[in-house]
Amino acid sequence: MKLSARDLAVRVANRTILQAIDLTLEPGEFVGLIGPNGAGKSTLLRTLAGALPHGGELTLDNRPLAGYSARERARRIGYLGQDRHVAWPLIVADVVGLGRIPYRAPLSRESDADRQAVARALRLTNLEDLASRPSDRLSGGEVARMLLARLIAQETPILLADEPIAGLDPAHQLATVQIFADMARAGHTVLASLHDLTLAGRWCDRLILLEGGRIVAQGAPEAVLTPERIAETYGVEARFDSDADGLIVVPLRLVRQQRREVR
Amino acid sequence: MRRLPFPALVALLALLTAVLFASSLLVGPSDIRIGDAFGALFGNEGVTTMVMREIRLPRAILGVCVGATLGLSGAVLQGWLRNPLADAGVLGIGSSAALGAVIAIVSGLAYASPLALPVSALAGAGLAAILVFALAGQGEGGNGLILAGVAVASLTSALTALTLNLSANPFATLEIVFWSMGSLGDRSLDHVYLALPFMAVGWLLLASVGRSLDAMTLGAETASSLGVRLAWVRAIILFATAAAVGGATAVTGVVGFVGLVVPHVLRPLVGSRPSRLMVASALGGATLLTMADLAVRLILPSRDLKLGVVTAIVGAPFFFRLILHERRRSMR
Repeated sequence: MKLSARDLAVRVANRTILQAIDLTLEPGEFVGLIGPNGAGKSTLLRTLAGALPHGGELTLDNRPLAGYSARERARRIGYLGQDRHVAWPLIVADVVGLGRIPYRAPLSRESDADRQAVARALRLTNLEDLASRPSDRLSGGEVARMLLARLIAQETPILLADEPIAGLDPAHQLATVQIFADMARAGHTVLASLHDLTLAGRWCDRLILLEGGRIVAQGAPEAVLTPERIAETYGVEARFDSDADGLIVVPLRLVRQQRREVR
Repeated sequence: MRRLPFPALVALLALLTAVLFASSLLVGPSDIRIGDAFGALFGNEGVTTMVMREIRLPRAILGVCVGATLGLSGAVLQGWLRNPLADAGVLGIGSSAALGAVIAIVSGLAYASPLALPVSALAGAGLAAILVFALAGQGEGGNGLILAGVAVASLTSALTALTLNLSANPFATLEIVFWSMGSLGDRSLDHVYLALPFMAVGWLLLASVGRSLDAMTLGAETASSLGVRLAWVRAIILFATAAAVGGATAVTGVVGFVGLVVPHVLRPLVGSRPSRLMVASALGGATLLTMADLAVRLILPSRDLKLGVVTAIVGAPFFFRLILHERRRSMR
């Protein structure tokens, strides 16, 4: 499935959050969405998930996304938000099973396909041992993995993830991006917002850099991640290095006072 | 500790409801033996049949149906608002039904026809739902709904007070105070025929939102990405609750705490899944309300103890427990 945006614009309460967004996500791609806080990354992900009204064109396989029913859309595009609050202490397997809602007829029992999808998602996220634990007795990292497993169980061709590795330890950060990379190899499309520029540069096929609601650069990681651009958009001076697997970007100091503090 | 499987829990609660329904038919001031009671219900045995069909049957039916309505709507609203302290009261349904009842009493309509008061209360509930819907706007969060509900509840309570304040009828205040305590006494089959269609429509509509409530466990954004049409589901919940709870309140008066306490007690028994909690809470509500109505008749039969008073006396300590539990949880 191909998701593409042409001249996409989003206004919330008379404020322009996104404008002139042109992008296309192809099957088999793991795309990293980077940019400073407030650049519009979350809004872009939500809009691509079909949750926000927008100007411009947004199409899924050349058909307007708004023309899909909510259920059709939910079988094609999965979305993992930043909100990790789980309202009730459901057990882990039941939370992961919520990802199967788009496939279930009213009042039906779960099918073999549902059970297999949940089992696979638990296995991929290494949560099999916690499957029957209530979700209010998990650590923050375990909750994040459970919600990732919920996204995986939805088995959508397109996956949108908003800061999926925030708050995870280095091993689980790597395991998470590894899962996304593997899913992309298997033909899924993944767009994930990331703040770790080294991980973004090494694991993503392509990066989209957002600033002030516009795309300021997109392309191969080496082309997007340059010292000048990092200084300009993030306002930090970073140390750049590389090895056989790609770039290493380590932010070292601020190049200017953050605008907000000056005011 | 293993949890009781869900089908077993439902069967148990259904059995309990059936037993209590039968007990409700057997308890009353007229002394009718068990065998005679059921014989009279289906046969034609003069006065006994009249007592069974006209007095006890409506009371038993309303006990089960109103209890189920309150339990179900409480479970639905808690699930939708992701808040264990919600029930139909937060939508202002009860207080606007009370306003309708007051207007019927003060205007004298209530004395003209026995159904004038429930119809007027039902109209109040319906108007409240429309007002809340218009006020809540298209925002997706639960807060819009709660704020609109609280606003409507305050307005209708104020109007109720104003109406009583200006009323020339000295008995109106007394009547409305008793009405707002809730009761299943002296209800006829006409009350059942009036309320049951509204409750049934409400149940059917609410039955369709189970999966959406499950999805709401992860918040509105995620639910939307799972295919839940938030605005649509919210409208269904609001109007179905208004129909069911409006219908129930119209014939029984305000019966509090059932919608709040029942889902809270049953939640751990269904693994906290909102869709399962709906089924369990409907049965649990029927059980609790019928039990309370039996208590009303058995404990102080001569004093006309009000149903809402008993549910509140039983319910408030549960509320304390809920607060203490939440406090422990937040400290952990």
